[in-house]
Amino acid sequence: MSEPMVQVHNVTKVYERGKQKIEVLHGLTLDIPKGDFVALMGPSGSGKTTLLNLIGGLDKPTSGEITVGGRRIDQLGSGQLANWRAHNVGFVFQFYNLMPVLTAEGNVELPLLLTRLSGAQRRKNVSVALEVVGLADRAKHKPRELSGGQEQRVAIARALVSDPQLLVCDEPTGDLDRKTADEILGLLQVLNRDHGKTIVIVTHDPKAAEFARRTLHLEKGQLLEQAA
Amino acid sequence: MTRTGFVIANLFRKRVRTILTLLSVIMAFLLFGLLQSVNTIFSAGADFVGATRLFVQARVSFTTALPLSMLPKLEAIPGVTRVAYQQWFGGVWLKTNTQLIMFALEPQRYHDVYPEWKMPEAQWQAFERTRTGLIVGRQLANQYGWKLGQRVPISSNIWPQKNGSKAWEFDLVGIFDGKDEDWQKRTNLAFMQQDYFEEANQFGIKGRTNFFILQLAAGANAEAISKTVDAMFENSPDETKTQTEKDFNISFVKQIGDIGLMVRWILFAVFFTLLLVVGNTMAQSVRERVPELAVLKTLGFSDRSVLGFVLAEAFVLVLAGGLVGMVLASLAGAMVEKATGGQFLLEVNGGVWFLGVAAIVLMSLAVGLLPALRARRLKIVDALAGH
Repeated sequence: MSEPMVQVHNVTKVYERGKQKIEVLHGLTLDIPKGDFVALMGPSGSGKTTLLNLIGGLDKPTSGEITVGGRRIDQLGSGQLANWRAHNVGFVFQFYNLMPVLTAEGNVELPLLLTRLSGAQRRKNVSVALEVVGLADRAKHKPRELSGGQEQRVAIARALVSDPQLLVCDEPTGDLDRKTADEILGLLQVLNRDHGKTIVIVTHDPKAAEFARRTLHLEKGQLLEQAA
Repeated sequence: MTRTGFVIANLFRKRVRTILTLLSVIMAFLLFGLLQSVNTIFSAGADFVGATRLFVQARVSFTTALPLSMLPKLEAIPGVTRVAYQQWFGGVWLKTNTQLIMFALEPQRYHDVYPEWKMPEAQWQAFERTRTGLIVGRQLANQYGWKLGQRVPISSNIWPQKNGSKAWEFDLVGIFDGKDEDWQKRTNLAFMQQDYFEEANQFGIKGRTNFFILQLAAGANAEAISKTVDAMFENSPDETKTQTEKDFNISFVKQIGDIGLMVRWILFAVFFTLLLVVGNTMAQSVRERVPELAVLKTLGFSDRSVLGFVLAEAFVLVLAGGLVGMVLASLAGAMVEKATGGQFLLEVNGGVWFLGVAAIVLMSLAVGLLPALRARRLKIVDALAGH
């Protein structure tokens, strides 16, 4: 694998809850090469979701550096970070977080409203994204008309439609049964292997972690070991 | 899908709630359009353009009588071709105890000043020669089933007769129509002889009237004549206020109170309520969608974009309801105007529309700004974690 896609250097994250300060990450350093598929595991409160949020540009570290795709994202302002996310990262959440008022294709098209693509071009890209996740025939359905697995596929299509190089997934199979979970993880594998996407997932499920190329364990805000 | 489509889709996420909120906005702007038109009428300055008659009343109030001795002076004013006068009688139709719009006047003068009333000459002459003669409009006659030649007992809620009785006996000698559909709608009036009134009223009121009606020559400058009349009687015991027939009718209604002030307070109450209702709807809508708004930010929509989405929702809601309400007000105003034969011009004109649009913009900001700012300030991580 080539140069790192993600470089986390000596990152600390402290949350303030009222007068209390909670240090969630302590001087964490790691690299994720381009094209890697990494699973972050650890007990509840270990900091894995916090790390994921930092890598995805949803939050900023209290100290340390984060570089993604050669860009120091810890130095970006909130507006710049939003713009960066739109073009560089795709997010997949445990509970799908689709817009209930939009159809599948509407949900997938949402990120493209931030581009200068024409309506026709947007629809074309949406169609391709839904094909990739195998839901082209459900394009006109609203989330309430889809199963959990189908909703998650739509969420993945939405994450892909802007063609980001990095996908961050927070417990993407946490709300799914085993069979459906395996299908989703299989899809992520295809995206990694055949489309070259760098994928970071957070999971507490060892079986889900098996789909990744390697697993990183966190505990109390620190990296314990790396398992391939 | 477009940003506009997304805004509208979110607006109808709770369809019933949105429709009910929309209906309240429509009602508010319907009331606004109508009441503001009323306010415009009562706040408008005098309009003398095209006036063919002027009404002269006591400056203090039209309930204060003016002496008939003013007649020759008024008739002598250049541009005035004829002068009539009317004394309020306050008639009540005894059988149903209903108030009538009834005046005492001099028949010939009134006939000359109001060519719009159409009645056979024989009936005008009968009115002139019959002391107890009464003429009524067609609408009034049909309403109570009065026929020519009928004895009609009418009481006055102001003027008892010399014998102490409030019931006055009249002979119906004429029924008049209007010259066209508009004037026909005003045939709800009744007229008696001034002589009968002066002879028989208990208080001995003679030689006085509530207002004079000046008929103007073609092309006469109504505004100038109005000023001449008022200047003529300035600093006298009987100072006058001269205005057009339309303005006189408006001031008649104004005796209820300061209509403009009442209208403004009503509108304030209406819009304050609307602010609470729609503001609550918008606030609720944002509260329900905290995770969705966080996801929008996750996808790359900036804080300003998210604020814009919420403000746009408020604007679309108020705009849709406001425009429908204003259109309904325009239609209702036209119906009122038609029903009153043009007497009550409830026109939702350009000025009212301009104020309506301004109110739409301000109301949108008022109901949308706080929820929009809340959406803007959302922290993605906290919102997604449920904090």
